[in-house]
Amino acid sequence: MDFNQIITQTLTQAIGVSAVIYCLAAVGLNVHFGYTGLLNFGQAAFLAVAAYGLAVSVSRMGLSLWVGILVGIVAAILLALLLGVPTLRLRADYLAIVTIAAAEIIRLIVRSVTFREYFGGSDGITRFADEFYALNPFSGPIDLGIIKFSQNDAWVVTVGWVLIAFTSFVVWSLMRSPWGRVLKGIREDEDAVRSLGKNVYAYKMQALILGGVIGALGGFMAAIAFQSVQPDTYSTEFTFFVYTMLILGGAARIFGPILGAAIFWALLVFVGEFLNEAVNKGVITFLTNTQVGQIRFMLVGLGLMALMIFRPQGILGDRKELALDAR
Amino acid sequence: MWGVAVAPASATATGPVIFGTITTPEDEPVEGVTIDVAGPDGFTGSATTDAEGAWEVQVPSSGTYTIKLDESTLPEGLGLAAGSERTVTAFGGKVRVQFPTGDSVLEQSSKIDQVIQLTVDGLLLGLILALGAVGLSLIYGTTGLTNFAHGELVTLGALTTYFYSAILGLPLVLAAAAGLVTCGALGAVQDRVLWKQLRRRGTGLIAMLVVSIGLGIFLRYLFLFLFGGGTQQFPEFSGQAGLEIGPVSITPKAIIGALLAVAAILGTIYWLLRTRMGKASRAVADNPALASASGIDVERVINVVWILGATLAALAGVLTGLTSGVSWNMGQQILLLIFAAVTLGGLGTAFGALFGALIVGLLIQLSTLIIPPELKSVGALVILIAILLVRPQGLLGRRERIG
Repeated sequence: MDFNQIITQTLTQAIGVSAVIYCLAAVGLNVHFGYTGLLNFGQAAFLAVAAYGLAVSVSRMGLSLWVGILVGIVAAILLALLLGVPTLRLRADYLAIVTIAAAEIIRLIVRSVTFREYFGGSDGITRFADEFYALNPFSGPIDLGIIKFSQNDAWVVTVGWVLIAFTSFVVWSLMRSPWGRVLKGIREDEDAVRSLGKNVYAYKMQALILGGVIGALGGFMAAIAFQSVQPDTYSTEFTFFVYTMLILGGAARIFGPILGAAIFWALLVFVGEFLNEAVNKGVITFLTNTQVGQIRFMLVGLGLMALMIFRPQGILGDRKELALDAR
Repeated sequence: MWGVAVAPASATATGPVIFGTITTPEDEPVEGVTIDVAGPDGFTGSATTDAEGAWEVQVPSSGTYTIKLDESTLPEGLGLAAGSERTVTAFGGKVRVQFPTGDSVLEQSSKIDQVIQLTVDGLLLGLILALGAVGLSLIYGTTGLTNFAHGELVTLGALTTYFYSAILGLPLVLAAAAGLVTCGALGAVQDRVLWKQLRRRGTGLIAMLVVSIGLGIFLRYLFLFLFGGGTQQFPEFSGQAGLEIGPVSITPKAIIGALLAVAAILGTIYWLLRTRMGKASRAVADNPALASASGIDVERVINVVWILGATLAALAGVLTGLTSGVSWNMGQQILLLIFAAVTLGGLGTAFGALFGALIVGLLIQLSTLIIPPELKSVGALVILIAILLVRPQGLLGRRERIG
């Protein structure tokens, strides 16, 4: 068994491209779920409209990448308004169902044959981010011994972590402002906040937009990192994984989503690499490599259940702060 | 999906070949039909079927191609059963594209006949959704749990029936009965082992919702692990010819399935309105503390509701399996429609769920009159959101429930 390879892969993935994408999605979701108590189960949709906004602008309309990013952000804001208007006045579980439905609507539309000429059907759109890689300051692959990145990945990961640091800082400063205190108040007791004369609906809407736009940044990173957008990446399962990370790290904590995404990916990759290596070397004979992938996701499901039952505040969270039952 | 089968790939240097054969429903070859192929980089090609009905187009490279059959070149009285356009992705080798034919009379059937056929299809779908929705709604009503693992109960029903029939070799009717009993029992076990303990710990409703998501992920991948990624048919009744009743074409198994679904729903309604336990369940849904104070064993009622909900969901799984096969994520695929039905009818009301399910089923099928069939679920979900805008408590829900 090649433990060196397993450890290198695990550490690289813990801060790698996928961790960056999920982490941005989780930072955004933290604003919704952690701070405001909004049950947004359509976070994948925010990433999807951003990624597709970028890809369609560049490859179908011939616009520059930077205009594409602007288009993606506008699309995410519009989506937040569209989701928020019918549901933010309703009880939490209505928002959950409507956001899931909206995410599925978007996925089904972009993967349909009917709109193939715009969105590329189930194959999606590829090769539109050359402008981003033209700015790459790295001249070759990065090898720090235990962490290895290709030239392009190194650039994506660097930009990604700068974005994570920036958005986390923004969230941190907003949440210690009066505005942030109102959000937390809404999470704890909506009626109390309303009785103080605050417009709860407007605050919820602003939170939905802020978290959605942060999620959209994750969508850009996903589109750029793989130079491709594919509809089935943005399934409901994606959102569920983001929830798992957020709860693992600790909701309503600045470092919660970051720690959660890193640990989630480290564990997922470690279990996968370890079992695969064991299967390949004949140490484990009763599994195939495909089944290893399925076992990993069974563990994700069990992990999410166990966390929620035994430690709903996650690693960093404070049980007193997080009243998950604001309904 | 079934129209496209990828032949074993043989490596050719010249690029893939797209081919097929046009025959009448009686297997007579059709000569002189024109097929146009369009692909990436502006590629176009066309072919005409020969005396054996065969056609073939050599394409320059791997990629996605659109194949269109020119319907005006079909002989008089012959139409296409599944549309005149196909999209395939060719990766070297040969790709077979099929255009099943049928009587053009059916294809050109009048708008009214189409509406009648789609209404029947919509009611059939609505009944299946209702089985899932009523169970989900009963569980929500008595425990407050928004169960995102309800779709897995649907899958479980189909999988256990498949296990009893295809692997143990029981006749399908017995296998389905055994599957329903197994699922009902597992529903009770699930409640006892998991949800009852969480209620005792005082776990919040949102936390339980997230637990159900985790359970759903776990069960889905467990099913994939045990069952594999393919779609399987039950060994009996898989290919059944449709009966023509007036303008409507319907398979006998669909009729029997619909009758079973109606019987199950009527049984549930009788249970809710007339039996002691059913009345108790409504009392629990209304006010658990008061119900408990008046001597109702709340935990026992909830357990019975779980058995009922799991059995109804399992029946939905068996009926879906009969018409469209058994797969590891079939429940997940209809879960959103079940949620749409429940929300439309009003969360927590069993009659609302039934009503909502029939409307969702009809909407999905009838919407294909104006939008492409691949987007029919989109139409239903958009209408779900639109209705929430106007009447957030659902069609039969009470105002206080929306909070």
